[in-house]
Amino acid sequence: MAEVTLNTSTFTLDGDGYLADHTTWTEEFARDIAAQEGIEKLTDAHWNVINFMRSDYTEKGAVPTIRRLKKSGGIATKDLYALFPDGPAKKAARIAGLPMPKGCV
Amino acid sequence: MRNLLILGAGTAGTIMANRLYPTLDSDKWQITIVDQDEKHYYQPGFLFIPFGIYSKRDVIKPKRDYLPAGINIIMSKIEIIEPEKNQIKLESGKILPYDILIIATGSRIHPGETEGMKGDGWHKNIFDFYTIEGATALANYLKYWEGGKMVLNITEMPIKCPVAPLEFVFLADWWFTEQGIRDKVEITFATPLPGAFTKPKASKLLGDFLDNKSINLAPEFGIESVDSSVNKIISFDGKELDYDLLVTIPTNMGDELIERSDMGDELNFIPTDPNTLQSKNYENIFIIGDATDLPSSKAGSVAHFQSEVLDKNILRFIDKRPLLPHFDGHANCFIESGFGKGILIDFNYDIEPLPGKFPLPGIGPFSLLQETKANHWGKMMFRWVYWNLLLKGAEMPIEAQMNMAGKRR
Repeated sequence: MAEVTLNTSTFTLDGDGYLADHTTWTEEFARDIAAQEGIEKLTDAHWNVINFMRSDYTEKGAVPTIRRLKKSGGIATKDLYALFPDGPAKKAARIAGLPMPKGCV
Repeated sequence: MRNLLILGAGTAGTIMANRLYPTLDSDKWQITIVDQDEKHYYQPGFLFIPFGIYSKRDVIKPKRDYLPAGINIIMSKIEIIEPEKNQIKLESGKILPYDILIIATGSRIHPGETEGMKGDGWHKNIFDFYTIEGATALANYLKYWEGGKMVLNITEMPIKCPVAPLEFVFLADWWFTEQGIRDKVEITFATPLPGAFTKPKASKLLGDFLDNKSINLAPEFGIESVDSSVNKIISFDGKELDYDLLVTIPTNMGDELIERSDMGDELNFIPTDPNTLQSKNYENIFIIGDATDLPSSKAGSVAHFQSEVLDKNILRFIDKRPLLPHFDGHANCFIESGFGKGILIDFNYDIEPLPGKFPLPGIGPFSLLQETKANHWGKMMFRWVYWNLLLKGAEMPIEAQMNMAGKRR
C-alpha cells in the first residue's frame, strides 16, 4: 500500500498504483491522476467514460472491458483510444479510481 | 427419475459425464448429454498441424467412443435454455427438462468481429489455427511459402489457451529454420497486452524468448481492421503493420446459444461463482470449462481441475449440503518453445507462474518456467494422456488445487 497526496487530500493506493478503495474517489483525484497520465484536461467525453465505468463497477463488481464500454456504455472503441491513449482500459480505470482491470489468462 | 443434463460433449462435458456416471445412483438419475457434432477434437493438437507435426487423423476421434455407455446421448442443436422452466428446447422443438444442468458449451472464434478480417484474404493469406479448417489450410499455405512478413495478432482477451499464440511463433521460428528460410521471414507478435503474456514474471521470461529468437513484439496493439487490398492491419489508435501472411487469433466468444438464452455477458460467457462453479443466477445450473466468465485460463487442464471440484459439488447439491469453494483457478500449461524444447507453467487466480520443479517438489521431472527437453516430451505425451486418461475422468497425479511445494518465489 502506498499513499499519494494530491493538492490537499491523501489517497491510499494498492500495489498496482490504483486507488485502494473506490469509495474514496473524488473528481479532484480524477483530474490529478489524469494529469499524471498525460491528459491535460478532462472533457465531457472523458467524464462520460469515467462515470459509466464507476456506475457499472458499483453495479457489476468488475471493471468494464473495452467491449463492455462499447456494447453497454455506447462508447466507440476508437474514441476511447483517442481519449485515453496507450492502454485505454487501464488508464481510464486508474483515473476512475477503480482497480486494475484483470488481465484474463 | 431425475435428470442431469450436460450441454456440450467437448473436453469439459465429456470429463463430467465420465466422472458422474459411476457415482450417481442410476435408479434415481438419468444422465443426458447433448452436442451437435459427432467428432471430438483434440484442440491442443491444432497448434502442431500448420507445421506438419500432426495431421487431421491425430486430433479427431468419435465423441461416442469417449462417453460412458449408460448415458443418453443426443446429437442435436439446442434452440434455447429456459432456466426459469428448468428445461431446454432442441432445434426440433423437443423439450428436455432437467433437475440439474451442467453447461459446457465452450468458446469459439469469431473473425467477423474485426472489420475486414473475413474479406478477400481469409484463408488465402490470413489464417486462424483454432479450427481444424484454419489449421489445415495454414499447413498447406506454409508448405509452399517462400518467406516474407508473418504477423501473428491477438484480437482481444480472453482467448482459449492464452499461451498458444506464443507457442505458434516459437514453433514458426524453428520450422522456418528447418526449411532454411528463417533469414527470409520477419516474425511479429502483435498483442493488445502490454507484454508477451499477462502475468508479469512469465511475461518477462517469454518476452526474453521472443528477443532471443528475433521475433518482434508489437504490444498494446488493439486491432481495429484488416485491409486485405494492401495487406495491412490497423489498430484503434492508428498504428499499422504490414504482412504477407497474417495468422490471427480472432475474438473468442461463448456459444450463441448463451446469447439466445440471455444468460451471458458481452462475450456470451456465463456469470459463474469463481470457487464453486455454480451459476450466479440459478442454483441448479453449473458451468465448467471455457463457457464460464472466470478469469482462469480457458484450457483443458483447467476444465480437468474444475471437474474434480464440480463433481463433488454436484453430489453435495443433490444431498443439500453447502458447496465447496475449492476451485482456485489452477492452470498448468506446457509451452512448446521450438527445437525440441518446452517450458512449463503452473499458476492459479492469485499466484503467478513461479520457477521450481513439478509435479514432485525438488525432483520434477518437469521444470517450471524453464526451457527443457523433458518439458517438450511432457507436451508430446499429453496427447496420449488426454485420450486415455483425462477425458475418461481418471485420477491424475496432479492435485486440483495449486501446490506451492517445489516452487520458488
